[in-house]
Amino acid sequence: MYKIITKNLNLWYGDFQAVKNVNASFSENKITAIIGPSGCGKSTLLRIFNRMNDLIEGVRTSGEIIVDQENILDKGIDLVDLRKKIGMVFQRPNPFPLSIYENVVFGQRVHNSLRKPELDSLAENSLRSVLLWDELKDKLHKSALSLSLEQKQRLCIARLVAVKPEVLLMDEPCSTLDPQATQRIEELMRELKNNYTIIIVTHSMQQAARISDDTGFMLLGELIEFGKTDNIFTNPLDKRTEDYITGRYG
Amino acid sequence: MQLNMRKVKEFIVEKLILICGLASIFFVILIFIFLAKEGISVFKSVSPFKFLFGKSWYPISEPPQLGILPLILGSLLVTLGAAIISVPIGIACAVYIAEVAPQKVKEILKSGIELLAAIPSVVLGFIGMVTLVPWVKSVFHLPTGLTALSGSIMLAFMAMPTIVSIAEDALYSVPKNYKEGALALGATHWQTIYRVLLPAASSGIVAAVMLGIGRVIGETMAVMMITGNSAVIPNTILQPVRTLTATIAAEMGEVVVGSEHYFALFAIGIVLFVISFAINVTADLFLHKRK
Repeated sequence: MYKIITKNLNLWYGDFQAVKNVNASFSENKITAIIGPSGCGKSTLLRIFNRMNDLIEGVRTSGEIIVDQENILDKGIDLVDLRKKIGMVFQRPNPFPLSIYENVVFGQRVHNSLRKPELDSLAENSLRSVLLWDELKDKLHKSALSLSLEQKQRLCIARLVAVKPEVLLMDEPCSTLDPQATQRIEELMRELKNNYTIIIVTHSMQQAARISDDTGFMLLGELIEFGKTDNIFTNPLDKRTEDYITGRYG
Repeated sequence: MQLNMRKVKEFIVEKLILICGLASIFFVILIFIFLAKEGISVFKSVSPFKFLFGKSWYPISEPPQLGILPLILGSLLVTLGAAIISVPIGIACAVYIAEVAPQKVKEILKSGIELLAAIPSVVLGFIGMVTLVPWVKSVFHLPTGLTALSGSIMLAFMAMPTIVSIAEDALYSVPKNYKEGALALGATHWQTIYRVLLPAASSGIVAAVMLGIGRVIGETMAVMMITGNSAVIPNTILQPVRTLTATIAAEMGEVVVGSEHYFALFAIGIVLFVISFAINVTADLFLHKRK
């Protein structure tokens, strides 16, 4: 089952084409990694999926992105609904300068008017799902800015999970973390993929190899190769993919 | 040899800058000492309590009655009115400029607000006198339009540039990734503004409000021209009032040097100094909290 399918997807920042004719299918309840050197358009591609690029002036897109039989690039798409369904974790953990509790229930406060007991149990479940509950249950009303980087990133994932999305977009979620924290976040991702479709952009080929089911390799805006992670890393079809994963450039 | 010359030059420049730096502090201290020396003399003839809370200000009657409560209340009433008008409009304007306005509109608005700050207060005063004062008079069916309300409205215009530009700055310096985070969770633009950006910028916004109020409470010319200058305790905002600043400005020219009245005016200066100092320190505390 494919959750997201792109058809002839292009994106321009003004005159610069950042994404060139990308055709790819992202499987449901799998982790798909997008790798490639800096500036290859992988983050841009990720940010099309929940239309975060709309914030930048002078962005144009063409082609289609089909999610549940709907083209999310259509003018009439409700961005609020789209972003509830397809959430995003950023490179730098960005908890709001509010309490830990308010961070987790933020999405629900915005979307529904739940009562306190419901919010409380939502906060607990979300924090449990990112394995933060035991650490933080006694300081839910402390500022989220007082947490460690890893805890902040987990909190951002919890905040997202609390909105009950279907897809998690992760833009280099471990790039500011140390190796141990990275390992723990990766474990968390493996657990989360049972319930969510995960697309991760990463600088680290090792990370892609460790956690993803499918991998796409991008270069200069083009999706050079896309397929099962095992195949990409052991038997790449394209010379450029082989050069990249063997470390000849990047 | 050359090295020595360079060192000497360095030394001279450093000391010169040091002197300039110290000079500003030195002058502030001098001003304060002078103010205190002259002002405190009034307490030989009237107790501090009676001075601050006395209900009548008749400085030239015999014996003079030097109670500044009506003046303090006049200042506070005008300031409060100005704050009620300028704070919501100012913050809303800052939000619009920082978050909503397209680039072109943003630039026009920002320079418009700078221009508003550049209008001399006496000009605002006489514009208020010929336009606002008659308007207040006819709308509220008052015997005179020279009221605290007129002063508040006029001063709101003077506080607005400070509030807008500092609050806009505070909103602008909220990290962009907070906004992205909120939008990525499906929050609307407005929800993002009031649930994330405003709380994140709150200390800067409080500082903006305090500095705006500080400007209002120290303002003299415009209030002297349009608040009616009657030193009575106001019951409503539709009565004439006299502020601390206007009292000093109006009476200092005619006072007998060395009289009780003269010292009392200096003591009013101390009260004003203390009020603005407190406001500025509060604003500073909030600004530093932000960093």
